[in-house]
Amino acid sequence: MDFTTHIKAKNGWFDINLKELFQYRDLIILFVKRTYTTMYKQTILGPLWLILNPLITVSLYALVFGTVARLSTDGAPQFAFYLCSNAIWSFFAVCITETSTTFTANAAIMGKVYFPRLVMPISSVITAMLNMLIQLGILIIVMIGYVMSGIRFNITWTIMLVPVLIIQTGLLGLGCGIIVAALTTKYRDLVILVSFGVQLWMYASPVVYTFSQIPPKFIRFYLLNPMAPIITMWRNAILGTEGISGIYWGISWGITVAVLFIGIVLFSRIERTFMDTV
Amino acid sequence: MSDIAIKIENLKKEYRLGTIGGRTLNAELQSWWARKRGKEDPNLKLGEDYGNYGESFLALKGIDLEVKKGEALGIIGPNGAGKSTLLKILSRVTAPTEGDIWINGRIASMLEVGTGFHGELTGRENIYMNGAILGMTKKEVDSKIESIIDFSECRQFIDTPVKRYSSGMYVKLAFAVASHLDAEIMVMDEVLAVGDAMFQKKCLGKMGDEAAGGKTVLYVSHNMATIRKLCTRCIVLQKGQIVFDGDVEKAIDVYMENATGDLLTHYCFDGQRRSVPERGRELYLHSFDFLGKKIAKFSSLEKMRYGFNVEGFEDIDNVRVRLEIRTVEGTNVGMSESSDSFCIKKGERNDYELEYDISNLAEGSYTLRLTLFELNDMGIHKGFDESTETIYFEIVEDESNRTNWFPQYWGRVKLPASTIVACKRG
Repeated sequence: MDFTTHIKAKNGWFDINLKELFQYRDLIILFVKRTYTTMYKQTILGPLWLILNPLITVSLYALVFGTVARLSTDGAPQFAFYLCSNAIWSFFAVCITETSTTFTANAAIMGKVYFPRLVMPISSVITAMLNMLIQLGILIIVMIGYVMSGIRFNITWTIMLVPVLIIQTGLLGLGCGIIVAALTTKYRDLVILVSFGVQLWMYASPVVYTFSQIPPKFIRFYLLNPMAPIITMWRNAILGTEGISGIYWGISWGITVAVLFIGIVLFSRIERTFMDTV
Repeated sequence: MSDIAIKIENLKKEYRLGTIGGRTLNAELQSWWARKRGKEDPNLKLGEDYGNYGESFLALKGIDLEVKKGEALGIIGPNGAGKSTLLKILSRVTAPTEGDIWINGRIASMLEVGTGFHGELTGRENIYMNGAILGMTKKEVDSKIESIIDFSECRQFIDTPVKRYSSGMYVKLAFAVASHLDAEIMVMDEVLAVGDAMFQKKCLGKMGDEAAGGKTVLYVSHNMATIRKLCTRCIVLQKGQIVFDGDVEKAIDVYMENATGDLLTHYCFDGQRRSVPERGRELYLHSFDFLGKKIAKFSSLEKMRYGFNVEGFEDIDNVRVRLEIRTVEGTNVGMSESSDSFCIKKGERNDYELEYDISNLAEGSYTLRLTLFELNDMGIHKGFDESTETIYFEIVEDESNRTNWFPQYWGRVKLPASTIVACKRG
């Protein structure tokens, strides 16, 4: 028979219709646009906050971790170091926190109309990515300033890896976020846990310190954190600070793919009936 | 086979009773631990027991249905019959527990108008947003935007954030977007109860055109007038099952019969909640009866005799009786106030009997609401007490007096006849 849609009681355990997702690309773009146009309505500084926000955070890092705690920045200027780390970390953190509320925050829309539910988390990740690119822009301006005042950055071919690292961070953030999203439909506790978890995770990642400061005996555990190699390689690519062995990055990719896979499986199981439990 | 738009087979939807979701992980663990040890669950509400928790409820008990292309199918039934659940499953908001649905063509569901509207966005931006949520691409919206703006009657405000819109404008804009969907199948849940009368007429017209133009329409409503106008076929749902499928008028009859229940003649209001707490303080309406009848069915030639039992908590002089009459569908028919009044003393509990002329009500099912009130010297009404339950009665045309009355054209009230007072021969 030539029916176009078949609604059945149970779907396969990995049931993501990518073609349909692609058909809804306009919706993804619109959600991203909506976030931007509504974010700073009725604020005085408006989009300027997009720049001020990271600058304030980074200044605090430089003050607390750089000046007071005197943590090593591996030779890079403090401000550039923290700006660089914060760009990739805040991208990751926002990915998780934003996508983790996909179901609960959008229950009103999702309870009334069908669209591929993955549209929501994907548009959150894209929004976060755009914010990150703005921070990257600030970083480039700051770096040009440093170069003009005579500081050299040891940039090599690894700068080509920047887009790959951005994509990997996005995928990992999406994976973690949708796992939490799938679980929060039943257990709201996780929403609170997420903000704590993300903060803890930051200190477990080389955001305000460097990879070389980890005692060698902890390295094995430390590598379970897929963000650690990403951040280290990210700084290596942009600022030319110390690098990391490719094997570590490989492990990190393995974990990323696994997390994303589990996330999508969970998500596609929950999305069909979450309206009954949310 | 290709003329079938929707085919539903053995569709079931199960909901779990008791609290699901919203429980914290901690509470879930507590309950689990308590049950494991055979102790009482600390999170159950008083009166709940394990039997109830986790028990299931079938909102749809095996629906089989085929809808042909171009058909306008009305879905009616009392609250809780499963109408909305059916629509939700059809529009893929939630998944069925069992059964299959095959759909041929794009489906546009309007379970609500203005889904995804954001107050900060302008009307134009919201058209794009809402359109995309409903499944339109940007290109499609581009080609239709002028027509959408015209239909919404909001051109003047189209670049203003919708949070500044009046609620009527908001809804008009939302409906305009939804009605421009190019879907082959439209699923609608009483979205027509919006906007002013003119706009409602326009919407109905648009929907009628679409049904006539080969679109398949599924429409849920409690408003029988629009069902009559719009639908070519109608199903009646009751307790999760289809109890009737076929002709619209017959379906409405079936629904009405079910809705009126057994046409009771005795209603008791003791201990029931009043609409406002002041009601029932000075005077208490205990019960209402239709007198001299086994069921509340009247011929249009007879007089309706009814009585009520009332207790006075204070001395009141001037109590009158108001009857508000509506059709079972909920349309207001009229109001009547008693010409006489009675007085009641503190501590008295009396039965009153009244008579009411129903000869100008057309054949059909009606509901009644009784209010005891006082009209004071200043001309202000003061309500004492009221019937808390809906009272049903039915009027059947007397055999000897059968004029064919068409309520869909003529309403429910037989107005006084005209008389010829003069004739000028030309």
